[in-house]
Amino acid sequence: MARVDLTLTESEAAFRDDVRAWLEQNHPGPSPEGDDAAEFEFRRAWQRKMHEAGWAGISWPEEYGGKGATLIEQAIFNEELARQRVPLPANVLGLVMGGPVVIAHGEPEQKERYLEPILSAEEIWCQGFSEPESGSDLASLKTRAVKSNGSWKVTGQKVWTTYAHEAKWCMLLARTDQDAPKHKGITYFICDMDQPGVEVRPLRQITGEAEFNEIFLEEAEVPDENVIGEVGGGWQVAITTLMFERAGLGAAAVMGLKRTLEDLIEIARERGLDSDPIVRQRIAEFKIGIEAMRLGALRALTMTMKTGIPGPEGSLGKWQWAKYNQGLTELASDLLGPEGLRANTEWSYRFLRSRANSIEGGTTEVLKNIVAERVLGLPKLR
Amino acid sequence: MNFDLSDEQQEIKSTAKSFFADRFKPEKVRELAEARAYDDGLTKQVAELGWPGIAIAEDDGGQGLGMVELAVLLEEAGFASAPLPLLGSAGAALVISAAGSDEQRSEWLPKLASGEATGAFGGVDADGVSTLFCDLPTADVAVVFDGEGALLAPAAELEFEPVETIDATRSYATVSSPAGERLPGDVDAGRDRLAIAIAAELVGVGQRTLEMATDYARERQQFGRPIGAYQAVSHRIAEILLGVEEARSLTLYAAWAADAEPESLPVAAAMAAARSADAAWEGAASTLQVLGGIGFTWEHDLQFWLKRARVAGRMLGTPREHRDRVAELALRGAAAPAVA
Repeated sequence: MARVDLTLTESEAAFRDDVRAWLEQNHPGPSPEGDDAAEFEFRRAWQRKMHEAGWAGISWPEEYGGKGATLIEQAIFNEELARQRVPLPANVLGLVMGGPVVIAHGEPEQKERYLEPILSAEEIWCQGFSEPESGSDLASLKTRAVKSNGSWKVTGQKVWTTYAHEAKWCMLLARTDQDAPKHKGITYFICDMDQPGVEVRPLRQITGEAEFNEIFLEEAEVPDENVIGEVGGGWQVAITTLMFERAGLGAAAVMGLKRTLEDLIEIARERGLDSDPIVRQRIAEFKIGIEAMRLGALRALTMTMKTGIPGPEGSLGKWQWAKYNQGLTELASDLLGPEGLRANTEWSYRFLRSRANSIEGGTTEVLKNIVAERVLGLPKLR
Repeated sequence: MNFDLSDEQQEIKSTAKSFFADRFKPEKVRELAEARAYDDGLTKQVAELGWPGIAIAEDDGGQGLGMVELAVLLEEAGFASAPLPLLGSAGAALVISAAGSDEQRSEWLPKLASGEATGAFGGVDADGVSTLFCDLPTADVAVVFDGEGALLAPAAELEFEPVETIDATRSYATVSSPAGERLPGDVDAGRDRLAIAIAAELVGVGQRTLEMATDYARERQQFGRPIGAYQAVSHRIAEILLGVEEARSLTLYAAWAADAEPESLPVAAAMAAARSADAAWEGAASTLQVLGGIGFTWEHDLQFWLKRARVAGRMLGTPREHRDRVAELALRGAAAPAVA
């Protein structure tokens, strides 16, 4: 086994140089502001460009149109995207969750049908997991699917669905067996959003915008061939995708925090607050925390490459990200004074938006439960 | 890229872990702490293993391994809270190796490596205020930081007064005025390495308190179930784990950077020093809360780790001072000289 070594190997460095050079030449510039539809089309065009150069499915195996990149290369790639402040591709959820789940659990026909349009952003994906009464306790979900004549009729309500108004397909968890234990009676469907049984309503959040939606399902039809994995086996399918989601995005999250801290240091300097001892302490706390998060992600990456599967330690990264991003935007608010409190400015938006960080994608409390039970082996509450 | 210990480094870790677990059982730690003494026989055994000289160059009589190996070893010493003059010797040797003249190196490093001499380190500022000098009462030689750099003095030539601190697992002293021969080389690099050595020991202290809290929360029953099933308790322990893991990542990185990426050493060392001091103290304090009344008794062993966490975390400056240095380096955006 190699010694501790945080430098990139020659081939990793060459890969980074390739990514960097390509991004410098093809950077689409900042997203257009103010018009959500125009912004989405901008991101769709950007993803198409990435796909044409083979970058869209960075983590996907080459046989499915991806790059087949190692975990280190994925981390390098995501870090470069964040470093150069590149806009998100339009089909984020398809790329990091939908595609990987079809690749891992799908039938050959499903791979043939779904994968290419995910990469090209021709078909956008959304995720229908959370429900009004099933947040952290996701397995208690109540949306029902009933089978009749070779297809399923789905009835229920989903919430916190990003991109639902743009999406063609929804990764949908629904209960197919009312009598089975709660984790066993769930099936994973791919539901066509373009049908009368599906109604999407925007959900306005504290920032004023509607980034998320609610979905109302009234006997929405899903043909049998749109089941992923076994009927009743949807929980396991969903869990593996959530782990992949966390594994791939750590490096980008760290780079995003680093850029934010750089911005704050600049603001502190401009306002002469860089000699204020309390400001200095807070800047140092974030510098230390963000660096610890970066290094923790690298340690987790090393472990994942050795064992093949992301461990529960990955929960620490999500917890750290929420903690430090919220703290950074609070510090920005203090440094900016009244200016930082004006509505509809970049910093007041980031300040408010970060409030969701410790809730979305697993609350900090759930992450602490995972650490307590699965890393430390403490007894379960339930 | 590989951010994990090599097989050889793992071997050092497990050898050290079992040695300390066998020789420094909690009852032995207690016996030595209550006597405020070191066990000369055990100190000799540690010297025979070559551990004080693990990071001293082979040409200077040491094992010629790196900062990572020393950090791995000291983490285990901290895990055991072993009363040993190891940190003083290894720490002094780091500064002499980085900053000593040929004569200073050849006079002291072979003796420190073999255990024939033991070392100490600390600082005295311009107003004559002394830090706690680690291991000075039993040492033969001491590194004295004095604001301009560092001096090297035979302990017999220093005016010092032994101090009984709350941490009875180690001997400390204060020095009334700096004395000795100036170390002409890169004192800042030596001091940064010393900060990493202390950080490594504190990671071990934090890890031990984490394990004490976890074990107790699994066993202790209240209101009909183990207290670790209550989130008020389990989330507190998860936070100890986060602190210890952050400190471990930063310390391992700093130890790697010391040998492989020296331009990152100043900020890496300051980050490791600040985080590990906080993580060890918060881990110990939080563990006392998990243990409840029993953790506050003299009979319980937690006190040895709790007290060592507080004192070791403040030997070379407070966490606040380490953070201010991090801020200074971050605001400057480049490497900067150490604040002595």
